[in-house]
Amino acid sequence: MKLDELTKTSGEWLRGSGPETDIVISSRIRLARNLARYPFPNRADNATRKEITQLLGSNLKELERSNPLYVWDIGSLEEVDRQLLVERQLISRDLAEKDGARAVAISYEENVSVMINEEDHLRIQVLNSGFSLDECWEAINLLDDQIESKVTYAFSDQFGYLTACPTNVGTGIRVSVMLHLPALVLTKEIQKVFQALQKINLTVRGLYGEGSQAMGDFYQISTQITLGLSEQQLIKKLQEVIPSILEWERRARKALVAANREALHDQISRAYGILQSAQTISSEETMHLLSSVRMGINLDLIHELEIPTVNELFIHTQPAHLQKLHGEKLESADRNIARATYLRERLAESNGTAE
Amino acid sequence: MTAAVYTEVKTPFRRPTARKGSLFQPVPVFAHSWPGSSTVMKKCSRCSKIATLHITEINEGKVDELHLCESCAKMYLNQPPSNLEEEFPAVEVEFAELMEEDEPEDNPAEEIACPSCGITYKEFRSKGRLGCPQDYIVFKPQLFGLLDNIHNATQHKGKYPKRAPEASQKQFELIKLRNELNEAVQQEDYEEAARLRDKINSLQEGMQEET
Ligand SMILES: [Zn+2]
Ligand SMILES: [Zn+2]
Repeated sequence: MKLDELTKTSGEWLRGSGPETDIVISSRIRLARNLARYPFPNRADNATRKEITQLLGSNLKELERSNPLYVWDIGSLEEVDRQLLVERQLISRDLAEKDGARAVAISYEENVSVMINEEDHLRIQVLNSGFSLDECWEAINLLDDQIESKVTYAFSDQFGYLTACPTNVGTGIRVSVMLHLPALVLTKEIQKVFQALQKINLTVRGLYGEGSQAMGDFYQISTQITLGLSEQQLIKKLQEVIPSILEWERRARKALVAANREALHDQISRAYGILQSAQTISSEETMHLLSSVRMGINLDLIHELEIPTVNELFIHTQPAHLQKLHGEKLESADRNIARATYLRERLAESNGTAE
Repeated sequence: MTAAVYTEVKTPFRRPTARKGSLFQPVPVFAHSWPGSSTVMKKCSRCSKIATLHITEINEGKVDELHLCESCAKMYLNQPPSNLEEEFPAVEVEFAELMEEDEPEDNPAEEIACPSCGITYKEFRSKGRLGCPQDYIVFKPQLFGLLDNIHNATQHKGKYPKRAPEASQKQFELIKLRNELNEAVQQEDYEEAARLRDKINSLQEGMQEET
């Protein structure tokens, strides 16, 4: 598996299948785990970090799995490749940017990634398309058992799995789903959603996690608490809440159509038109317009385009992806031209195939 | 519209200035309290990190308390109030500088160091990250309060490593079952509750025989 191949494919989680994919892009579970006999990454010197990276990397590589894991040493990757992994949601910005020995293990389908020496020794992640938390849990629970049979985790009867930050101790779990909520943004009801979620200890983030803004109307809703509730209880909590947000978004979409179908259709068609013909376009504008188009497809106002293509365009028009496609570093202005060219080509292609 | 009013100014704060060409309006009078020895640590309201910034926000006469970690606080401060579509300006706020100015007063308990990694509770408090798994034992008394604050709980109720000794495995099984029992009772699923109660009883009997 080569990193360059990533620009031609797209992660399984973007394939737009599974339940509720008009609104739920993906479901994700992560587990934070640490080795019992080592200091946490922030407190380990680089020799120790190297040892940890080697120990975990070689164990992960050798796990017997139907989807084996490939390990990359992050420090030896070029900046554009590190950025590429961030754009594809396979590593955190923090892992890409920090110093010292660190690595990531990824499955070919990109639905499994294990970060080594991020905030914790291990950050295990399973990412699936659609609203599919049970499948995520099944897969991650199995992988966690596999790793645990090779190494000794730091665990206490009282506090559960021990983590560098006490906010993750216990199950070390974060359960999240990525939602596309353009109508709630348009109708300005999104703030109410945030408030409602905050009251029940759920967190809202942007597309690229902590500290990222909500680009393209994508929101990640995740659990916050890790101690005192079991993994199943936390998963259930999200499974119970998400349907009402979906309902809320669908109602807002209906309201928008009912209020002024022509205006909405016009706005969506113009967005599509710009994407098909622009000669230079920024990342923000692209995300914004793709969001309209994505909603347009779900509302049956655009027919010649499919959801997986749009999902992919959100990722493939990010800076590192464009640079990989061009095989060279692009300055911002050149990137905007490259992005517009790429969009025109991809949209012309999918127009051709859909007819 | 939301009007953000911040009270309790403790530290002089360098106000962010608007960037040229951005839609950003400088934030109104800003106030916050930094963690001191008297404040209990809270979890960031937007993510799961430890909050270092505490804000009282007044929305249409309603008072909201916001607790933010460093990165979310940066976002918050730089965000034009209640406008989601506007550009996000990159105004730098010197947090490290501010943190230094407000060191909590010396407290002997805060100076105890972990024999294994050397971290003190005071250091942990300023960084928000522990040094090694041992710290959960060394700082247990302090962590109890903190964890209760963050998670509203101090006892793990979930998965446990398959390698854990059999006795603690059973202990966990018990905790899990009691947990499920509570839930069944809450949901008035009495059939399930009775089944769980039987399971708990037999497990407890088994454990007593062993000891
Ligand atoms: Zn935060
Ligand atoms: Zn320690």
